[in-house]
Amino acid sequence: MTTLSGAFFGVIRRDLSIAMRHRGDLLNPLFFFLIVVTLVPLSISPEPARLAAMAPGMIWISALLATLLALDNLFQDDFTDGSLVQLMLSPQPLWLLVLAKIIAHWLVTGLPVVLFSPLLGLMLSLPEEGFAPLLLGLVLGTAVFSLLGAVGAALTVALHKGSVLLSLLVMPLYVPVLIFGTSAVQRAVDGMSYGGVMAMLAAASAFSLLVAPFAAAGALKVGING
Amino acid sequence: MSSQSLLEFQALTFERDDWPLFNGLSGTINAGEILQITGPNGCGKTTLLHILATIQPFNTGSLCWLGSDISLCRQQYLSAIAFIGHKPGLKLSLTPRENLQWLAQLQPLTRCTSAEALVRIGLAGFEDVPCHTLSAGQLRRAALATLCMTQASLWLLDEPLTALDVQGIADLEALLLAHAAQGGAVVLSSHQALINPVVRTLALDAMAEAEL
Repeated sequence: MTTLSGAFFGVIRRDLSIAMRHRGDLLNPLFFFLIVVTLVPLSISPEPARLAAMAPGMIWISALLATLLALDNLFQDDFTDGSLVQLMLSPQPLWLLVLAKIIAHWLVTGLPVVLFSPLLGLMLSLPEEGFAPLLLGLVLGTAVFSLLGAVGAALTVALHKGSVLLSLLVMPLYVPVLIFGTSAVQRAVDGMSYGGVMAMLAAASAFSLLVAPFAAAGALKVGING
Repeated sequence: MSSQSLLEFQALTFERDDWPLFNGLSGTINAGEILQITGPNGCGKTTLLHILATIQPFNTGSLCWLGSDISLCRQQYLSAIAFIGHKPGLKLSLTPRENLQWLAQLQPLTRCTSAEALVRIGLAGFEDVPCHTLSAGQLRRAALATLCMTQASLWLLDEPLTALDVQGIADLEALLLAHAAQGGAVVLSSHQALINPVVRTLALDAMAEAEL
């Protein structure tokens, strides 16, 4: 018989090894993230003071768009080749397998963005105090992006050209995260306490973690039949 | 041969875009039976298999597994079926062995190892090459390899003969017959006749069309 943990880690391991064999797809969102932030000093101003003022917003916006870019692939490929149906026909609880897919997705899209954000902070001359809230905020924020994005990706899985609809569906849910994320960094740079804002982000990610796997599993059952 | 009824569907109705695809379709799938769904393109063979596999909800009617309604025993039912869709469900960037090992973590595929299954299905020597280098027929064989491994008593196969060569069809028929002889049941959709005359077939679409 299959075991719960075997199925859970099996899904994560498989998605990671698929990602490793499509390194182009893996690097695409990350390159997008790096390129946007690299172009800012070139196109607006290399002046450190102006860059520092824009840094939190620029890094967060490009992190959001980079995650959105990769969201399409979360269930779409599996739907196209039929393996999503096999996943859904597993006797194991679907929400758990969906959570495994979301975790694997975050590991290949959210985590690289988090890891590269300090470098981009340096490039945009973000003041020293901003780095800790930037990192912490992005860890929580990208997790919310992947979790809530999965619900949208599941709903639009069987639609042709569903990516426009997907962006429209998830964007309103992403905006509060963006606002809290940037304001945490901004408050830290301005020398204010950012604990309250960070707590809101943490609450958002905890809430998404509780709700999103169930919602995405339910959405898949509806979405798979177009 | 036992004639215990495994799956029973009563008065199934399914509408697509306000057009009734089935209207009061009933039938029984007994242990040891191979049921072939035949019919022209677009008559709903795939849809019926999806309904039987609980992937697609139906509008009205009932679906019973071993006498109890499917909504009450879906978990148990999922452990007892093997579904192979029209799309093989294999990741092209993974090898056949990796694909089968992943499936074996999700579904009760414990009768033999993936390596043994691939040898039995005629893919010896192709276990560790990426699936995108395999031909369509070899991909189909890799998908059908799960049938060697599964513990499921009811097999739901959508167009399993697609892209298979003569030997592949013969191998598949041998698998189906062995499964039926052990008291399992098979529902498969195909518009081509199986070569082996021993296979019992039941044309469901004739009933569906009659009801239409």
